[in-house]
Amino acid sequence: MREVCIVGVGMSKWGEVWRQSLRCLHTEAALNAIKNAGVDHLDSMYVGCMTSGLFVGQEHLASLLTDYMGMPGLPATRVESACASGGLAVRSAFIEVAAGFSDIVMASGVEKMTDCSGDDATTALAAAADQEYEVFHGATFPGLYAMMAHAHMEKHGTTREMLSAVAVKNHHNGSMNPDAQYPFKVTRERVESSVMVANPLRILDCSPITDGAAAVIVTTVDIAKKLGKPYIKILGSGIGTDMIQLAQRADMTTIKAATIAADGAFKMAGKTIKDMQFAEVHDCFTIAEIAVAESIGKYKPGQAGPAFLAGESALDGAFPINSSGGLKSKGHPVGATGVAQVVEIYKQLTGQAEKGRQIPNSPKIGMAQNMGGSGGSSVVHIMEVA
Amino acid sequence: MTMFSSKNWREYPHRYRLEASKFKKSGKTYFPKRQIDPVTGDTEQEMVILPETGKVVTYTVIQIAPPQWGDQSPYALAIVELTDGTRLMAQMTDCDTTKVKIGMEVRIEFRKVQAEADHGVISYGYKFVPKWY
Amino acid sequence: MAGIVGYGAHLPRHRIKVEEIAKVWGADAPSYKKGLMLREKSVPPPDMDTITLSVEAAKNALRRSGGVDPKDIGAIYIGSESHPYAVKPSGTTVAEALGATPDIHCADFEFACKAGSEAMFVALSHVDAKAMPYALAIAADTSQGAPSDALEFSAAAGAAAFIMGSKNLIADCLFTHSYMTDMPDFWRREHQFYPQHGGRFTGEEAYFAHTKGATSAILKKAGMKPSDFAYAIFHQPNGKFPQRVALEQGFTQEQIDPGWLAPTLGNTYSGASPVGLSATLDVAKPGDMILMCSYGSGAGSDAFVWKVTDRIDEVRDLAVRTKKLLEENVIYVDYGTYAKYRHKIKKNA
Repeated sequence: MREVCIVGVGMSKWGEVWRQSLRCLHTEAALNAIKNAGVDHLDSMYVGCMTSGLFVGQEHLASLLTDYMGMPGLPATRVESACASGGLAVRSAFIEVAAGFSDIVMASGVEKMTDCSGDDATTALAAAADQEYEVFHGATFPGLYAMMAHAHMEKHGTTREMLSAVAVKNHHNGSMNPDAQYPFKVTRERVESSVMVANPLRILDCSPITDGAAAVIVTTVDIAKKLGKPYIKILGSGIGTDMIQLAQRADMTTIKAATIAADGAFKMAGKTIKDMQFAEVHDCFTIAEIAVAESIGKYKPGQAGPAFLAGESALDGAFPINSSGGLKSKGHPVGATGVAQVVEIYKQLTGQAEKGRQIPNSPKIGMAQNMGGSGGSSVVHIMEVA
Repeated sequence: MTMFSSKNWREYPHRYRLEASKFKKSGKTYFPKRQIDPVTGDTEQEMVILPETGKVVTYTVIQIAPPQWGDQSPYALAIVELTDGTRLMAQMTDCDTTKVKIGMEVRIEFRKVQAEADHGVISYGYKFVPKWY
Repeated sequence: MAGIVGYGAHLPRHRIKVEEIAKVWGADAPSYKKGLMLREKSVPPPDMDTITLSVEAAKNALRRSGGVDPKDIGAIYIGSESHPYAVKPSGTTVAEALGATPDIHCADFEFACKAGSEAMFVALSHVDAKAMPYALAIAADTSQGAPSDALEFSAAAGAAAFIMGSKNLIADCLFTHSYMTDMPDFWRREHQFYPQHGGRFTGEEAYFAHTKGATSAILKKAGMKPSDFAYAIFHQPNGKFPQRVALEQGFTQEQIDPGWLAPTLGNTYSGASPVGLSATLDVAKPGDMILMCSYGSGAGSDAFVWKVTDRIDEVRDLAVRTKKLLEENVIYVDYGTYAKYRHKIKKNA
C-alpha cells in the first residue's frame, strides 16, 4: 500500500446559493482544489452526493460534473452513503491511490438542496432512513435524533444544557469561518428558546439545509513533494455500518457504525484515540456530537456532555471538536460534508485556518468522522502533518 | 411523490397483522420478517405474531412534520418494546403529546397511517395508543 | 337458529359537546339538548375511519368468540355509509387485517343507517343455510353532517362487530323481520360530501312508521309482547326518537337504558343499534330476551329477537365493554379541531 496524502483543497460558496446550480457549485470547488494543489491533470475522480435525483432531479453526476470541469473523458465515479457520501468519496480516492491504480485523484462532494420546497427536502433527506418502517410512520431526521437524545438523557442523564453547549461552541467556531453558512454566535438562551422541531431538539440543535461543494486532491507523497505545496498524510481510513432502523439497535445512545469506522481507521494508522489532538465530527444535530464523541472512544458513555460543558471541546480545550463550526454553523450540504471535514483537517494541520479559529500549538494529528442517516453508516479518516 | 400501491400492499403481513420472524437458534424475534438472524446468521425461523402491548423506550414529538401529517402535528413518535422484547417504531395517537414519556404503557391499534391526498391509496397499519384499560 | 358467537365494539375517544357546535352557528344549545336529547357526540380523529373502527371492533368480537379461527370465517360484511373508498371494498382490508383471507366472501353494504343490521341479517342467513361455520357482520360509520345542519349535532362515529355461528352461542337469534318501503327522507347523491334530508318528514312517516312496522311484525311473528323482553334497542339518530318509539310501543326506559347511547355518543349511523346491542349484551344475563330494531333512511328497519345464553358470563369481560369506551378517558375537542379532523376546512391542495 502506498502512502497517500492530500495536497490541495477547495470549497464552493456555501449557503442558500440561489445563483448557482449543482454543476456550478461542484465546478467551483473542484477548480479551487485543482488550483490550490497546483496539479495539471487528474487521473480520476470520486464524487459523493446523497440524492441529487430527489433534490434536483439530476443523476449521472460522473458525466455531468467532469464535463463542466472541462475534463470530459475523466474516469469518474459517484459514491453514495447518505450523509457520509463525502467521506466515502475521500475513502474511495484514498484506496485508488494507495492501491496504485491512479496517482492523482480528486475526491469531491456536492449537494444542491434549496431548489425544492422544504417538504421535498425533508422527503429527500428521509430517504436515508428506513422508508417502510421509519419514514412511513412519520419519522423525520430531527425526529430520529430526538429519539436518540431522549434515550441518551434517560440512560446517561444528558441534559438540555449539554446539547446547547454543542450549538453555542460550534456557532462560536463558525463565526470565524468565512465558508460558514451561519457565521453568527448564539447563546444558550437563544438555542433553548428557538422553535421546537422534534422534542427535545430545537431548530438551533439542527444543521441547516445548504447548497455547497467541497473537493480535495488525493495523491502520493512523492507527487505532493514535487508540487511543493503543503500536504498532509492520510494515515488511516475506516468505514462501518449498522442496522438502518434505530429501533433495531441494541443501544440507541451509541453510534456503532462510528465505533467500527474509527476502530478500522485507528488500526490502519497504528494509532489510538489518545493520539488524536482534535476532530471534525458529524454534528448533524447537537446530540450527534455527544454520541459520536463517545462512540469513537474519546469519552466513556455519558461523559461527553459533561466534558463539553467544561469546555474540553472548545478551540482552546483539551480536544477541540468542530473547529470549522461543524455542520451546525458551517452548513450541511449532505454529499459535500464529509469532504469539507477533510478540508478543515487540512487547514488546521497546515496552519491555514482563519484568524481566531486556528487550534493553538499547531496540532499534528486529527480525525474526521462522517455519518450517514441516523448512524447506519460512518466513515473515519485519520490525518497527520507531513 | 406518488406512493405506488404495490409498495404498501407488499408490507400488509407486517402492517396489518404484525407478522415477525422468530429465529430458532437465538429465540429472538425480528420485525419486519427477515431471512437471516443478523446476530447468529441463523436462517431457521418461524412466523410469529407480535404481542399488542409494550412500553415506550424512547420518543419524540414531531412539531415540523412531513406533508402527509401536516394536519396532525404535533404528533408523538415512539420506539416501543413489546412484551416479547421486540422493538418497533410508530406514531402514538389519541394522546396528549406533552404527557408521553419513557416507560409509558401502550397498546397497538389499527389506524390510518397515511394517505396520498384525497385521491390516492390509503395506507393502514399499527399505531400506539396509551394503554388505559 | 344461528346466533352471535362473538361481539365487540370500538369507539373514538374524542367527543364534542353540543354547546361547542351551537356556539359556532348561533344555535340554541339548551333547545337542541332538550329537543334531540343529545349532550355530546363522538368524533373520529384523522387516523380513524370505518375500516380502522371495523378492525378493532372485529378483534374485540374475536376475543369473545372462544377462539374462532379467522380462517373459518366464510364471509365478511361491513355495513356503512362512510366506506373510505368509493370504489374498493372496506371488507378486504378488514379481512386481511384479521387474517381471514383468502377463502372468504366479502361485500360492503350500504343502506343509510341500517347497512350494519343488513350485514348481520345476511351473515345469520349464511350460517342458517349451513353455507359456512361463521360469518362476520360489522356495522361501522364515521358519518358527516353538513356544518350548521341539525345533523351536525348528532353525526358521530362508532362500530360494532358480530361473529355469527351456530355453536357456542352468546345470543341465539330466534326471529328476524325486515320492513321496507321507498321513502325519500334522507339521501346523499354521488360525489356530494354531505347528506340532505327532509327535515320533519324524517319523523312520523319515516323513522317511526318503519321502526313500528318492523317491531309489531316481529312481535307478532314471535308471539311476544314488550314485557317479555329484558332489553330493547332501537335505532338512535338522536336521544329522543328511540325513547319515543320504545315508550309508544309499550317498552320501558329500563329496557332501553343499556343500549340507549345516543345522548352521549351521537348517531353512529350504521353502528347505532348494533353498538347499542353490544352495550346491552355487556350487561345481559343468561336467558334474557333482547329486541333490536334498526332504521335506515330510504327506508327500512331490520328487527331481531335475541335470546342470551349462559356463555355471556364467560365472555363479556374478554374484551373491553362498550360503556367503558363510551364513558372513560374521553378527549374533548373544540369546534376548530373537530372541523380540521373532519376535513371541513378548505386548504390548498
